[in-house]
Amino acid sequence: MRRPWWLSALIYMCVVLLVISIVAPVFWLVVMSIVPARQLTELPLRWLPDALDLSRYARLFSLEPGSQGLAFLSAMRNSLTVAFGATAIALLAGIPAAYSFSRFGKMGLLYGVIVTYMLPPVALILPLYMVFSALGLLNTTIALIIVYCTILLPFVTWLLKSGFDAVPVDIDEAARIDGASVLGVIRHVVLPVAVAALGSATLFALLLAWDEFFYALLYTNDLRAKTLPVAIGDFASGRMTDYGLISAVGVLAALPPVVVGFLLQKSLISGLAAGSTKG
Amino acid sequence: MLSATNARVSWLLLLPMLAIMLVVTGFPLANTLWLAFTDIGLTGRGYDGHFVWFDNFAYIAGDRKFRAALGATFYFSLVSVGIEVVLGVLVALLLNQPFKGRTLVRALLILPWALPTIVNAMMWRLIYNPDFGALNALLTQIGLIADYRSWLGDPKTAMNAIILADVWKNYPLIALIVLGALQTVPRDLYEAAAIDGAGVFRRFWYVTLPGILGALSVALVLRSIEAFKVFDIIYVMTRGGPADKTKTASFFVYQESFSYLRAGSGAAYALTVTAISGVLIGLYILMLRRQGRTA
Repeated sequence: MRRPWWLSALIYMCVVLLVISIVAPVFWLVVMSIVPARQLTELPLRWLPDALDLSRYARLFSLEPGSQGLAFLSAMRNSLTVAFGATAIALLAGIPAAYSFSRFGKMGLLYGVIVTYMLPPVALILPLYMVFSALGLLNTTIALIIVYCTILLPFVTWLLKSGFDAVPVDIDEAARIDGASVLGVIRHVVLPVAVAALGSATLFALLLAWDEFFYALLYTNDLRAKTLPVAIGDFASGRMTDYGLISAVGVLAALPPVVVGFLLQKSLISGLAAGSTKG
Repeated sequence: MLSATNARVSWLLLLPMLAIMLVVTGFPLANTLWLAFTDIGLTGRGYDGHFVWFDNFAYIAGDRKFRAALGATFYFSLVSVGIEVVLGVLVALLLNQPFKGRTLVRALLILPWALPTIVNAMMWRLIYNPDFGALNALLTQIGLIADYRSWLGDPKTAMNAIILADVWKNYPLIALIVLGALQTVPRDLYEAAAIDGAGVFRRFWYVTLPGILGALSVALVLRSIEAFKVFDIIYVMTRGGPADKTKTASFFVYQESFSYLRAGSGAAYALTVTAISGVLIGLYILMLRRQGRTA
């Protein structure tokens, strides 16, 4: 179908507007992190940096006691520990569960699992707080790994279940006849075929844990356990007036998930299409 | 079909997950339910308090501030999800047209989605800054406003400013979902409709909309569930202010429990919020089941 010229013009105009609206805020965040501090508080505001100032990034990678770098790097370490720890547990328990749901049914129970994933965290915060406090686990990454299971485990189970559904049942039956155990079938037959689903479930779980803020805010209070979102919350709402430094923290915290997001692009789009049309 | 051994195997495979969920989700949920009927405080180490029956709920029923927080939550959810859906569909329709660089623009939609919620909130807080913010600079430089404003400090604009930040981050996901659904609408349906003389709007209403409605409604309910829980963006951008105008239900429960250290009434508020979410979650499960049957 040929398009009249004015329609093409309209489409390109809308596309340009769309691209600007998406890129501009992020572009500005990056600019704020690299312009000299005085330019940020100058009026009228000039949009392009007249000098490059990377000192904030240097400051964020310093380990001096009491420095902002130490706060940032500890938060980075805690975020990584928590994200990978919780994802590992979620996968270990979620893979067999997803296989069971995929091969043996129990849809009612699966819906129950999905419900817990969607519960507002306020439904759980008080008892978990009291238990962690009694066990002396407040302000530890272990506590966060435990609570993040409430989000990641149902999510991973759900995602993997639809991934395993796509693997034909015949191949696990063939392996069973050859004498493989159920766990053997999962490990050596199903997972290798569903490796794409496993990969995207892992990355999605990492992203979810990386993004979590509410529990982390409640259950941590210093360098030992604070994660990046909480550290950013501190940076952003403190009395600090170095907007450039805050922006630099934001850029660094956003970098890993944005890279993962673009890696996930294909499975994100197909997963969204599948996840939103199938149970 | 399920033999006895298979039934046993299926439960054994579920066991680790069920055990973990029972401890980290089941127990706390049941415990919140019990706490809501007590006046236990969050100060001591133990459970020092009494069973007070429905006192907490009776108190909540007359609590104007909580009602205002619920109102703010509904406003936030309805407006942000509404705009996200409309914008998401429009952008999906745009990106479904052939034009140069389409793949790149589609990939770009990932950027707001992948940006951590907290970074998004912090980014917009800086953009809205009343003294040096980019929004004020932009609007004064193109002559739309005469003086710098405090977008997050003014009770009239604060909530809408937060909604804009939330929409920017979340409508791309809806656009991607709708874009996926658009690809399943058969081309010849459009051509047949065009031959029958249907205009652009009639074609959208009778061909496009039925094709995307399933995916769109699921996205809508999912986003509503998320929006109703909203906390992080509020915490970073306004902390519930100005004049409690942006204090949402989750933020209210957080304050009730952890600033005023009241576990009993905090749990009662939490349960009320959970019950309202429960309606949305039930709707979602209903949709999943219906689509599971037709698929």
